[in-house]
Amino acid sequence: MDFDLTEEQSILKDSLDRLLAEHYGFEERRRIMASPEGWSGEMWGRYAEMGLLALPFAEADGGLGGSPVETMIVMEAFGKALALEPYLPTVVLGGSLIRFGGSDAQRAELVPAVAEGALKLAFAQGERNSRYDLHHVETTATRDGSGWRISGRKFVVLGGDSADRFFVTARTAGSARDEGGIGVFLVDAGAKGVSVRGYRTQDGQRGADVTFDGVAVGAEAAFGDPEGGLALARRAVDAAIAALSAEAIGAMAAMHALTVDYLKVRKQFGVPIGQFQVLQHKAVDMFVAIEQARSMAFYATSMADSDDAAERAAAIHAAKVEIGRGGRLAGENAIQLHGGVGMTMELAVGHYFKRVTMIDATFGDADHHLRALAAGGGLFQAA
Amino acid sequence: MDLRYTREELAFRDEVRAFLAANLPEDIRRRMLDGDYGSKDDLVTWSRILNARGWAVPHWPERYGGTGWDPMRQYIFLEETQKWPAPQPLAFGVNMVGPVIYTFGNAAQKAHYLPRIANLDDWWCQGFSEPGAGSDLASLRTRAVRDGDHYVVNGQKTWTTLAQYADWIFCLVRTDAEAKKQEGISFLLIDMKTPGIEVRPIVTIDGGREVNEVFFTDVRVPAENLVGEENKGWDYAKFLLGNERTNIARVGASKQRIARIRELAALEFAGGRPLIEDERFREKLAAVEIELKALELTQLRVVAADARRGSTGKPDPASSILKIKGSEIQQATTHLLMQVMGPHALPYHDHDLDGSNEPPIEPDYAGPAAPHYFNYRKVSIYGGSNEIQKNIIAKAVLGF
Repeated sequence: MDFDLTEEQSILKDSLDRLLAEHYGFEERRRIMASPEGWSGEMWGRYAEMGLLALPFAEADGGLGGSPVETMIVMEAFGKALALEPYLPTVVLGGSLIRFGGSDAQRAELVPAVAEGALKLAFAQGERNSRYDLHHVETTATRDGSGWRISGRKFVVLGGDSADRFFVTARTAGSARDEGGIGVFLVDAGAKGVSVRGYRTQDGQRGADVTFDGVAVGAEAAFGDPEGGLALARRAVDAAIAALSAEAIGAMAAMHALTVDYLKVRKQFGVPIGQFQVLQHKAVDMFVAIEQARSMAFYATSMADSDDAAERAAAIHAAKVEIGRGGRLAGENAIQLHGGVGMTMELAVGHYFKRVTMIDATFGDADHHLRALAAGGGLFQAA
Repeated sequence: MDLRYTREELAFRDEVRAFLAANLPEDIRRRMLDGDYGSKDDLVTWSRILNARGWAVPHWPERYGGTGWDPMRQYIFLEETQKWPAPQPLAFGVNMVGPVIYTFGNAAQKAHYLPRIANLDDWWCQGFSEPGAGSDLASLRTRAVRDGDHYVVNGQKTWTTLAQYADWIFCLVRTDAEAKKQEGISFLLIDMKTPGIEVRPIVTIDGGREVNEVFFTDVRVPAENLVGEENKGWDYAKFLLGNERTNIARVGASKQRIARIRELAALEFAGGRPLIEDERFREKLAAVEIELKALELTQLRVVAADARRGSTGKPDPASSILKIKGSEIQQATTHLLMQVMGPHALPYHDHDLDGSNEPPIEPDYAGPAAPHYFNYRKVSIYGGSNEIQKNIIAKAVLGF
């Protein structure tokens, strides 16, 4: 067992941290967020140059053969910088669906395009009443000759307003909450019958609600078994949760560092407020929560590519609970310890807080995953 | 980064399990499972079995009887023995005074005391706290005055765990009343049979007699029992308190308790079905499991860091995280175990009546639950309270 980065991984981390420190300061980020797209095409190009967009794909497919550890490094750096580019939807979610569900032909078509930055993806899975259940799918895919027709509405599609293509979960058999009878299809954003309502999310990222109205796709649009796609969807979301855990750690650690610095410079009653024990202890509580959450982000990362779905799910549930709870503790205390200025848009701390809060609400909050873990028999059954 | 055990580590774990299966007497294991931890005989028996195998003091340097295991193997050994469960070594000897002696003691002290600690020939207890010196330990007032070849000790120690069994006590004593309070303290080894020592029990809220007051009245201690230099005892005490990183989190013990909670929650009924099927109960248990898993990995990160750079032997603020979370989880699990019993947590199972004609109180396994919970309020108080641990992190990590 070891927790070390390899030399190559350390280089990746250092060069990405450097890139973001140079180009993703608070003011630059504000400018990027205010642009029409809400993210930076220039940065996207730099990520492509660095190989970040090729990272998780197999070398044989045109990727760099990176493991979940590489994804963790990237996402932690993005968390620290509060980066806005659609890396999670394209490379992590879309990338996982391609890696684990794509045929040779599908991978050959898609991987190079993603890797060079020419293709942005989004995973349209959530519905109005699905909450966090991937198997709650009312959107339908019905046979139409050799292809399919897809109809339904998808909500809160991350990166949905900039995606060139959507992965869509759609029901091919059974009823709304059946685990079987779900397919994963790839649909062009410009196809007839697709309409996209884009918006900014609370944390300055982008999302969309997407309507599919009898959209015709060919047989090649199906990824994997059109009636057995749930396992694939779960696998991609598990990978996304591991990545989000790393992003949350980046944001939490940055928020904590800002808070500790602030406690040392802000003076009241003639002394830096960090001299007050009650405030010190809150900062320590944040620190302990972040280290515990970091441990679980490592755990999620180490399990993200596991083929054992049950073991992987238990680890992912546990990590998401820890990230959700620890993120809330760290975020709320960061604001509290900053006092009034923590409430303003002018300080980074509030933006970190908002990102960490929205991460909890993405792909299942702490309550959701705790319930799922408990129903599945807990964490130490097999140990 | 690879969070799986290596093939060699798994083989080692199997070796430990096989040793436990073959060598730990079943009646001792049974008593451990029942939550009956106090038996001196059980611990002596088990310590000598371990010592015969060369495993009584795994983390000590090899020349003093250690195993030479890397930190990961030490951790695996600890976890497996706690999960089994086997009696845990007497910390006051093996983890506290032993390392102080082999680090700061002289050759004669090492030769005499260390083998006797490993074999539990000497039962050690700790003379640090005093009625007026708890979290502010350096304000201690027990005096040792040099008189020829002896120190004459007067004063009082308290919270002395299992002093009733002890052959020896290691004490912090004031040898220079004029110096700054941390600089006038020495580290003295005292034979409990010396005239002038009196041990009085303190009955704790669980009804147990685990801790004591120890009174010293003109106790004459040979000067050769001083460890290291006179007036440097505070440094040795800080070493002792910060030295303990591998066992402070008690991960294996908490895992074992969680297994016990599952086992007993299947036997207790709530709403007409086994409690373990209750959704809310399961969520509470799962929440503790997650915290424990995180703690285990945090612990392993510390272990791995130690393995990489070599243990510095210096106090490490990481121990404070392990202490805080470890104690919180121990307290959460003892509380859950008590909750499992529901109303059956109420009856006090008085062991003074064992062997009488009174029929036993049912279910027998419910007896230790509430006392155990009451008793474990101690874990966030002893060894530097959790608030003191937060002060340490605030100062050492956050730079306040």
